[in-house]
Parts: sequence; structure tokens; C-alpha cells
Amino acid sequence: MATIHDVIPPFQLFQPTTLDAAADLVREHGDEAWIMAGGMDSFDWLKDRTKRTEAVIDLSMVEELRGIREVEGGLEIGAMTTLTDVAEHPAVRDRFGVLAQAAALVASPQIRHQGTLGGNVSQDTRCAYYRRGWTCYRAGGNICYADTPTAINREHAILGASRCVAVSPSDTAPALVALDAQMVIRRGGQERVVEAEDYFVGPSRDIRHMTVLESGDLLTTIRIPATWAGARFYFEKVRDREVWDFPLVNVASAIRENGGRITEARVVVGAVAAHPLRLHDVEESLAGAMVNDETLVRAGELAIRGARPLRYNAYKVPLMRNLVKRAVRGGPTGTTA
Amino acid sequence: MHDNAPIPRGGPTNVTRRTFIKGVIAGGVVVSSTAYLFRNGPLSAQAARAGTVERLMTLEVNGQSRRVDVAPNETLANTLRYKLGLTGTKLGCDRAECGACTVLVDDVPRYACSVLTHSVRGRRIQTVEGLAAADGTLHPIQQGIIEEQGFQCAFCMSGFMMATVGFLKKNPNPTREELAHGVSGNLCRCQDYDKILTALERGAQLAREA
Ligand SMILES: Cc1cc2nc3c(=O)[nH]c(=O)nc-3n(C[C@H](O)[C@H](O)[C@H](O)COP(=O)(O)OP(=O)(O)OC[C@H]3O[C@@H](n4cnc5c(N)ncnc54)[C@H](O)[C@@H]3O)c2cc1C
Ligand code: FES
Ligand code: FES
Repeated sequence: MATIHDVIPPFQLFQPTTLDAAADLVREHGDEAWIMAGGMDSFDWLKDRTKRTEAVIDLSMVEELRGIREVEGGLEIGAMTTLTDVAEHPAVRDRFGVLAQAAALVASPQIRHQGTLGGNVSQDTRCAYYRRGWTCYRAGGNICYADTPTAINREHAILGASRCVAVSPSDTAPALVALDAQMVIRRGGQERVVEAEDYFVGPSRDIRHMTVLESGDLLTTIRIPATWAGARFYFEKVRDREVWDFPLVNVASAIRENGGRITEARVVVGAVAAHPLRLHDVEESLAGAMVNDETLVRAGELAIRGARPLRYNAYKVPLMRNLVKRAVRGGPTGTTA
Repeated sequence: MHDNAPIPRGGPTNVTRRTFIKGVIAGGVVVSSTAYLFRNGPLSAQAARAGTVERLMTLEVNGQSRRVDVAPNETLANTLRYKLGLTGTKLGCDRAECGACTVLVDDVPRYACSVLTHSVRGRRIQTVEGLAAADGTLHPIQQGIIEEQGFQCAFCMSGFMMATVGFLKKNPNPTREELAHGVSGNLCRCQDYDKILTALERGAQLAREA
């Protein structure tokens, strides 16, 4: 779409300064207001006029939503904490390195200085048809333009598609699922906690949204339990350019070992399905296994079982298989930050 | 600034004509669409407007306090360029994809095309115009660029400079590779990266010696 070089269509701007006020505003205005954190996903929609809003609730003045606290061996990360702060925080780096690595590989330095962890896990998909305003399933229509015979679908799903073939674009999402993170959500005065794995949803559950957030909900905190602190981690992101680009495929793993045998593992792949895909079968196959060629091959093959590539994204199948093998094997990654 | 306080649940019930007009102005819609004002729904009621931001604000730019009338939907790049006349900040893509608009907000490089001006109220903003000293002495980064003639058309230059100045505050003595990573959020359409890096390295060295 042609880039429009003028102002964003008008909206009213609310800038609450406390969490309670923010949660109340979000609850009261529901669908009529757009929540803005760092705005790095929001601006595109509003500038391109593919989505419009009457009001924006800007969270940038809510100090309570920023910062990282150590809690019982784990961490509580405020939704408004920037990706730079996540990537550079000593406790994240030392004990939950997979998250620090993932955050450091998002977009560009300026985007990481402003984009937030809460925004990163709540961002919309990058499917070019959808983002350009085509009325596809995700936009309320009854077709997926990325899954037609002439579609360009190099970046789309190979697993878990249901009518819509868009993928989850987030780099931090697989890392958070691998860490058994929990999302704390406020709805007015009520709070609920959702496992990261359940926070992200695919089209068979909800074809219009990428997360369980409903209008009126505010994500306040991302909790990282102590469970995986100091485990063997791996994160790798494959992308076209070393800066700015979203993952073609990314992988996050957390592995505990004892005497050369894996005791427990988490392996999660991003950008292959509409939500970060936790590979339960792979994880089960790893429990009790030695890290050797046989184990790696089995993990790789299990990972891609059932994959159904589209016309232009068959490359994602071997890419996913090999990334999963590397994530189990460990060692240096091919990604440069 | 009482207008910035969030509205209580349900909103104020006793709206005077004055607060109504204030709300309308804050909404930034008075000229563009009057019909919009009278649509139904929770946000079109006057009550909701009372919680919106005040347009007239003070921005701290290059060490000065500037009073400026800012629409709620205005980006920092637009305020700097078209309200404050600071056209050294360039607009390339307007989509957070090129870096031409990079400025410092509290010493941190950000894309001014993708910042709501109202969200940086009270923060320290520095643009390329604020690099040289009051007596005209160039900033070491500017001096390094002159010495090494780092750029071609230089449309990307102010963004590169601001990204570098911000990066050096964190890492004053970077390797060439670290510096390249530090300015990796900036594109040069003349593809002059090698000379740009040499010039920025020279600037970093001058900054350390200063
Ligand atoms: C050029 C470019 C390149 C990018 N590259 C990458 C990349 O490589 N990897 C990657 O992962 N991402 C990438 N991004 C996407 C994304 O913008 C950033 O990752 C960023 O983290 C989003 O956070 P934000 O705070 O800026 O989001 P915002 O735009 O403020 O919010 C994103 C969405 O989440 C909602 N939201 C935000 N916070 C909350 C909350 N607390 N509660 C409820 N809803 C909320 C908003 O309403 C909005 O719909 C890129 C973006 C751009 C523009
Ligand atoms: S104009 Fe802001 S990044 Fe290109
Ligand atoms: S010198 Fe021309 S864009 Fe960089």
C-alpha cells in the first residue's frame, strides 16, 4: 500500500497515570478505544487507516506497569517494560537468558527502546493481505487471500491453520511459552491469570484475534516462575535481514539435564502457526533421552509431523526441523544480534 | 493539568459549557468533523472528553521549554518539523523502518515518526539542531563526519548522528562491529555504510578525547 504521509485520523487521547485508572478506562471504553503501549504495531494500522479508532488510551504515563521485580526466584515483568530493558536486565540475562536473547533480536534498537513486552505478545499478525485491509476471514470476511492459488504466502503457516493461514510474528512469545510464563490480565477491578501457552490462540478458536484478550482487558504483568531459572536455553531466529525483519521461523527451548540425560524440556516454535507452537510430542520424546544424533533426528521429525506447506513456504518445513534439532542440541546459535 | 486525570467511573455528570468546549478542543475534532461530535456512544458524550489530554503543552527540546499546541494524534516528527521548525529531523518512511527521524528522548534514540508527542511530555528531547554548542562549536560526531566526509546525499545523516550520540552514552568506546550494531536501526539509501561507520568511529574517538 502506498505510504500515506499525513497525519493519523483524529482520535481522543487518554493518558491515565495509575494502573487502576487505566484498567477502568479500558473497561469502560471497550471496543471504542485502542490501547497503545509503545505503539510500534499500533501506528501502522492507524496511519494506513486499515483500522480506525475514536480514542486511544496511551499507557506511557502508567509507571506501575514498568519494571522488573524479582519474586520468589522468578520475575514479574510489567507489561510496559521496554524490550531493551528486558534484554539488558541482569536477572533476565543470568537466569532466563532465552527471553533476553529473544527480546534483543526484535526489530531494531529504536523499536526495542520503545516497544514493550506487553505489546510484543499482543501484536497482530503480519499477513500482508490482512494488514493492507483486504476483507479476509481475520478482518470479518469469508476468504483467506493468502491461501488462494495465486497468493504470495512465503511467510505463512505450515501447521495449525484453519481457514486463515497467518502466523504469530512475535519473537518473545516462544521464549515466554518455553519458560511457562503467566499473563496477568485486569478487567476493571478483576484480575485473572492465563498460562502463556493459552494466551495465544489460533484461528480455530478465534479467527479475529491472536490472543485471549477481549475488549476491556488490560495485560498488566508477565510472570516468569522460578521453574526454568538457569536451565540450558536456546533461542534462534531466522529472518531475511539482520535488522527489522520478523522471524521466518524462530525457536526457543529450555532443557534440564541430569547425568547427560534430559529430564524435562520445553521446545516452542514461532512463525509456523497462528500461535507459538509448543511441541508436546517432542518434549515427551526428550524426557529421559541422551542428547545424541538419534534423539535429535527423532525430535526433528516429530516436530514437523502433520506440516502442510502452502505454495511458497515449503522451505519452512526443513527449517523448522533443523531449528528444533539445534534447539535440543544447544551450543552457539547461527543468529547474530 | 487536571484535565489529564482519568475520569471517574461513569464520568462527571455535571458538565459545564466551558469543560465541554475544552473537551472538544482536546478531542482535536472540532474543525475536521462536526458530525463526529454528535454521534452516539460512550465516547461521543461530553463526559468522556473531560478525561482527554490538554492540547497546549510544554516540550523540552534541545534544552529549551517550548510551548506548543499539539493534536492528540500528532507524531513527534510532525511537531518538531512543522510546529517548531526543527526540520533537521527527517521523515523517510514514516513507518519505523528507516531511522531518518531518530531523535533522543531522555538520551535514548527513538523514531520520532512513531512517537505520539503527548507521550513525551516532560521528557528531554534532543534533535540534530541541539548537537552543536551555543557558540557554534560542533559536536564531536559532527566534526568526525566533516573530517571523514562520511555521507553522500546525507538525508539519513541526522538520524545516524542521533542514533550514534545515544549509543555512545551507553558504550563510549565501541568496536566497529558494536557501533554498526548500535546504528543498525538506520538505513542509508545511498548505501554508504562503510564510510559512514568510519566517520562515526572518528566522531566517537573525538568525543573520547574531548
Ligand atoms: C518495522 C518493524 C519491525 C518489527 N520487527 C519485529 C520483530 O522482528 N519481532 C517482533 O517480535 N516484533 C517486531 N515488530 C512488532 C512490534 O511492533 C514490536 O515487537 C513491539 O514489541 C510491539 O510493542 P508495542 O508496545 O510497541 O506495541 P503497541 O503497538 O503499543 O501494541 C500492540 C498491540 O497490543 C495491544 N496492547 C499493547 N499493550 C497492551 C496491554 N498492556 N494490554 C492489552 N493490550 C495491549 C495494543 O492495543 C495493540 O493492539 C516490528 C515492528 C515494526 C514497526
Ligand atoms: S521516518 Fe521514522 S523510521 Fe523512517
Ligand atoms: S547518504 Fe544518502 S541516504 Fe545516506
